[in-house]
Amino acid sequence: MAILVFAETADKKIKKSSLEAVSYAAAMGGDVVAVVLGQVEGGELEKIGTSGGTKVLHADDAKLNEGVIQAYASVLAEAAGKAGADTVVLAKSSLGDAVAARLSVKMGAGLVSNVVALPQGNKVKRSIYTGKAFANVELKSGKKIIAIKKNAVPLKTDGGAAAVEKFTPSLSDADFKAKITSQEKAKGKVLLPEADIVVSGGRGLKGPENWGMVEELADALGAATGCSKPVSDMEWRPHHEHVGQTGVKVSPSLYIAIGISGAIQHLAGVNSSKYIVVINKDPEAPFFKAADYGVAADAFEVVPKLTEAIKALNN
Amino acid sequence: MKILVCITHVPDTTSKIAFTDGNTKFDSNGVQYIIGPYDDYALARAVELKEQTGGTITVLNVGTVETEPTLRKALAIGADDAIRVNVAPADSFFVAAQIAEVAKAESFDLILMGRESIDFNGGMVHGMVGELLGIPSISPVMKLDVEGSKVKMTREIEGGKELLEAELPLVAGCQEPIAEWKIPNMRGIMSARTKPLKVVEPSAVDGLTVTENYELPPAKGQVKMIDKDNIGELVRLLKEEAKVI
Ligand SMILES: Cc1cc2nc3c(=O)[nH]c(=O)nc-3n(C[C@H](O)[C@H](O)[C@H](O)COP(=O)(O)OP(=O)(O)OC[C@H]3O[C@@H](n4cnc5c(N)ncnc54)[C@H](O)[C@@H]3O)c2cc1C
Repeated sequence: MAILVFAETADKKIKKSSLEAVSYAAAMGGDVVAVVLGQVEGGELEKIGTSGGTKVLHADDAKLNEGVIQAYASVLAEAAGKAGADTVVLAKSSLGDAVAARLSVKMGAGLVSNVVALPQGNKVKRSIYTGKAFANVELKSGKKIIAIKKNAVPLKTDGGAAAVEKFTPSLSDADFKAKITSQEKAKGKVLLPEADIVVSGGRGLKGPENWGMVEELADALGAATGCSKPVSDMEWRPHHEHVGQTGVKVSPSLYIAIGISGAIQHLAGVNSSKYIVVINKDPEAPFFKAADYGVAADAFEVVPKLTEAIKALNN
Repeated sequence: MKILVCITHVPDTTSKIAFTDGNTKFDSNGVQYIIGPYDDYALARAVELKEQTGGTITVLNVGTVETEPTLRKALAIGADDAIRVNVAPADSFFVAAQIAEVAKAESFDLILMGRESIDFNGGMVHGMVGELLGIPSISPVMKLDVEGSKVKMTREIEGGKELLEAELPLVAGCQEPIAEWKIPNMRGIMSARTKPLKVVEPSAVDGLTVTENYELPPAKGQVKMIDKDNIGELVRLLKEEAKVI
């Protein structure tokens, strides 16, 4: 039986989290058929083979360039039928969630999201309570959908070449009832949920005019920037950077928190980071309890020094 | 306009998470339950829409009798009536199927709920309800306006946002800043006591997944404190010990 992987794209590139999904499917064994929707840049499809995919179904249709939820669900259901797949693997994301839910009903497939490890038979382990616990879940249905959490599985890089096949799904007007009229995206930046390193700032940074310092550190590290909730509430930073229980959940290798107190709702969104560095002038800040490394000092003094030290290391 | 708002009954965001019975049950001892924060946004937007265009708001929860105070709170915030589907939620599909059954019988124009619950963080129910009803489902929605039969929405996407339009009926999974949270006032609390709360029995649906047991993450080790005058040491640790840069 084949496993179908939904390979999501951003800016015509296959997302790293989707390549993790391909790697995960490859580790499950068997044929891994990835579906790519919309146009992509040259060389992108090859990454699927490298990550362990055996075949790519490419629906190279500009109509599918945008994240049209309903149409994506229909196309994936058709692709699963075509590939003879009883299992679909995808990366958890705001689009992935929305699409997988509809696909699950279409296929009569049990869906488990936020999965953090390879399945053991019919059982998968998922993160719950915003990373504060895990649940072991059994899938009872014959067909299954597994949405994996980002950075939860290693990325395979030594796979071979995947055969690319053109795929022309039957699109119905009913699937385009919700119309996307425009998109605004920060170009060329590391996407926060995808990032391997995240540098986040809180209210301790005093105002939006001080973010240059955070961005400079992030640039030196090739990191994405994030923030605490009050920072996005006060519109110092855009909403899509808000990290935590009610914002974006991140699970990078390294999370650097600057001037953030470490309220439980913020921690909930970052506690599956591999390493946490906290910079806070209050040595009693609760965040230090969740940190691996801490600097109890004024951010305005520490951050420029840290940026210099990283730059020196890079050179 | 008839609006349905689906709300979850979840542990307060500051709750300490623990399990009992050999890690098979959530330990609700000392836990305060609240309306899911994302559902609160959905409800708040429904109240604003009702103020603008009239209509009714029904709140719905799939849950046992313990969830009634949460439904009453939603009534106090401004819903007109409440429905409780009298069954413990089994999994997302089970919950979605119960919601869809109620929705089919009552034909709502707009179904709002949070983008995800804060207990299981599935983010699946809105999409499943949309598919079961054969109507669009959009999530996560951070702005939603209704103009006649047309709905204009802003959806958060990674690294940005997109604007969408669709016709009613539809399902939206909501998040901030779609509306300001509403706090119940005294009049709301008084009137909530007499507003109708209907209990309906569940439809026969099987869940597709079963949670067998729970685990807690391993305890965190001690933090290593680094002197502010020795930032080079932090960089060395990140490179050599943690191997993350
Ligand atoms: C239902 C609910 C959901 C929530 N969801 C989220 C969420 O998803 N994400 C989130 O972040 N919050 C969330 N919150 C809010 C959360 O409880 C905290 O209010 C918030 O995280 C605090 O943000 P902060 O740490 O930036 O600000 P503060 O708590 O004000 O902390 C600022 C910190 O900066 C330090 N500081 C000040 N000056 C300096 C300096 N010069 N150098 C270094 N350090 C300095 C201070 O010592 C302090 O620790 C939620 C709250 C509720 C009730």
